[in-house]
Amino acid sequence: MPIHEKHLIRPENLVSHENLVIDGIDVSGDWSTFIRSRVVPDYNENLQEEIEALPGGEFIHRCWQCGSCTNSCTMNAVNPDFNPRYWIYLIRMGFESELVRDKDIIWQCVSCNKCTYACPRDVVPEGVMKATAHWLEHKGYTPKSPSMVFDEVFSEQVIERGKIEDGEVVLNFLTRTHQKLTQPWLIEMVKRLMKHLPVKMLATLGLATIFKPRTKGWGPARDAIKDYVKERDEAATDALGPHIAYKKPETPEQIAAE
Amino acid sequence: MSETKKYKKVAYYPGCALEGTAQPYDHSTKALGKALGLELEEVKNWNCCGAMEVKNIDPKIQTYLSSRVMSIAANEMGHDVVMAPCNGCYHNLKKAEYDLAHDEGSKEVVEKISKKAGHETYKAGQVETIHALDWIKDSIGEEGLKERVKNSLNGMKIANYYGCMYVRPRHIFPEKDQGPGSESTSAPHFMDDLLEAAGAENVDFPLKTACCGGAHTLSDSDTSTKLVLNILEAAEASGAEVIATECPTCHSGLEMHQIRAEKVLGRKTNVKIVYFTQLLGMAMGLSAKKVGVHQNISDSMDLMKEKGLA
Repeated sequence: MPIHEKHLIRPENLVSHENLVIDGIDVSGDWSTFIRSRVVPDYNENLQEEIEALPGGEFIHRCWQCGSCTNSCTMNAVNPDFNPRYWIYLIRMGFESELVRDKDIIWQCVSCNKCTYACPRDVVPEGVMKATAHWLEHKGYTPKSPSMVFDEVFSEQVIERGKIEDGEVVLNFLTRTHQKLTQPWLIEMVKRLMKHLPVKMLATLGLATIFKPRTKGWGPARDAIKDYVKERDEAATDALGPHIAYKKPETPEQIAAE
Repeated sequence: MSETKKYKKVAYYPGCALEGTAQPYDHSTKALGKALGLELEEVKNWNCCGAMEVKNIDPKIQTYLSSRVMSIAANEMGHDVVMAPCNGCYHNLKKAEYDLAHDEGSKEVVEKISKKAGHETYKAGQVETIHALDWIKDSIGEEGLKERVKNSLNGMKIANYYGCMYVRPRHIFPEKDQGPGSESTSAPHFMDDLLEAAGAENVDFPLKTACCGGAHTLSDSDTSTKLVLNILEAAEASGAEVIATECPTCHSGLEMHQIRAEKVLGRKTNVKIVYFTQLLGMAMGLSAKKVGVHQNISDSMDLMKEKGLA
C-alpha cells in the first residue's frame, strides 16, 4: 500500500456496522462505512532536536525528502515497511506516535550505507536510523534490541581487553538473548568446521576461549575510555529529558498488544 | 610502472577476526606477501577497531580505537602505510582518518583519551590506510602477477564479492572514483583485475557491493539469511563456481548463512566461498593447504583438486 494512503487511512480507523438502521433506512455494511477523524494528540515539537542530540542524528535537518535512501535501502527490499525517508519525515514533523508504530523494525538497519552513498544532502540516514533506534530505547518505547545487546557484549569486551574473541562474543550474545545453542544450523556449522580443521587451529581457537586475547599495555587506554564514557553519560542524561522506563508486558492482553 | 615498489614494506593490521574465525585469511595473506616479496610488519600491541558495533555505542570511541592503531604504526614504528585485509578494519581506519580531519568534536575526544592513555595523539595524514587489494594491485599489479603465475586458475568461474565497507560511504575514500586506474565505488574492479591476471574467468555478477547483513548476522539471523541467499543464488545464476571474498565478516557470513539457508529455508546452494588471497596464493604456486583452503567451512578442496590447484 502506498505510504500516503497508509498514513491517512488505517484499518482501525475505518468504522462500519453490520446492522444499522437510521431514520428507518437500512445502512448496514459498506453503506455505513466512515473514517474516524484523525487527531494527533501527542505532537512532539522537540522530536527533531532529540534525535539530533544522539550520535548519528546530527544532520537530519538537511533532508529534503527525495527518497533516495528508501530507494537504495537493503532492508526496504526485504520489508517494504522499512522506510527511512518516511521516518525522517515523521521525526521532522514531530509525529511521535506515528513513528513509534514502527518501533520494532527500526533497529533492523544493517548499516550497509547504501542510503548514505545515495543521499544528495549528506543526511547520513544510516546514522539517523541508529539514533532513532537508541531514542526508542532511551524513551522506554522498546526493550533493548538484539542488535543493541550484541553491540554491548562486543563493546564491553573491546573496552575491557582491547580485543575480542569471536567465540566468546557469540556465546555471550546467545546467552543474554536466551537463545539455544542447539539450533540445527549451528550444530551443522560446527560439524563442518570440525571436519577439516587441523588440530593446531582447533587448539588455538580453544586456547583463545580460555586465555582471552588481550592487547598488551591496554590498561591506560581502557581507563581513559571509561572516564570518557562516564563524563559523556552525565551530559547525555541532561540532554534527553524525562525517560519512561520500559515495562515488560505481564497480562495476556499486554503481551498481545506488544 | 613507476609505482611497482610502492608498498614493498607496510605495517600490517590483521584485526580480531583474522586471529579468530578468519585465520585462513591471515595465513594466506602472509603467505601471498612472502611469495610476492612483500614485507609485512605487524602493528605492535594493536587493538580492535570497534568493527560495526562500538560505533553504535559511541562513534567517538570507535574513532579513538582506530586512531590508536594508526598512532602506533606512525609514531612508534615509523610507518607511513597501514595495510588491513579486513574490510571492517580498513573502513574504520579510513573513517577515523576522515573524522579527525573534518570533525572537531572527534578530534577533541581522541586527543583527550590519547593523552590519558599515555600515547601520542594520531594526527590526520600521518599514515595512508590501504586494503589488501590496493596492496597487491599497486605493488605488483596485473602485469607483475601474470609474470609470476605458476599455477593458472585455469578459467575458474569467479563471482567477485566486495561487500559494503570497501566502497561505502564514498566520502571516506577520497582516492576512489578518480578516473582510470583508480578503484570505483559503484563498480569496484580491483579483485576482478587481479584474479583475471591469475587466470580466472570473472562472471558478470550484479551483486558485487550488495549487503550480506553482516552487522546483524546473529542479532537478526533471518534477515541475514535472506540477504546471503540472494547473493549466493545470484552468483550461481551468473555461472560462478566460486565467490571470491575480501572481508572476513562477509566470508563467514556467507559460509554461515549458506548452511542456515539450507537447514532453515531448505534452499541449498553449491557455490564455494574462498578468500581472494587464497586464490592468488594458489596461482603463485602455493599449495591449497598452505593458504588454508582446508580450513574454510565452505569445503572447496575437491574443486581445487579438479582444477589442478591442490
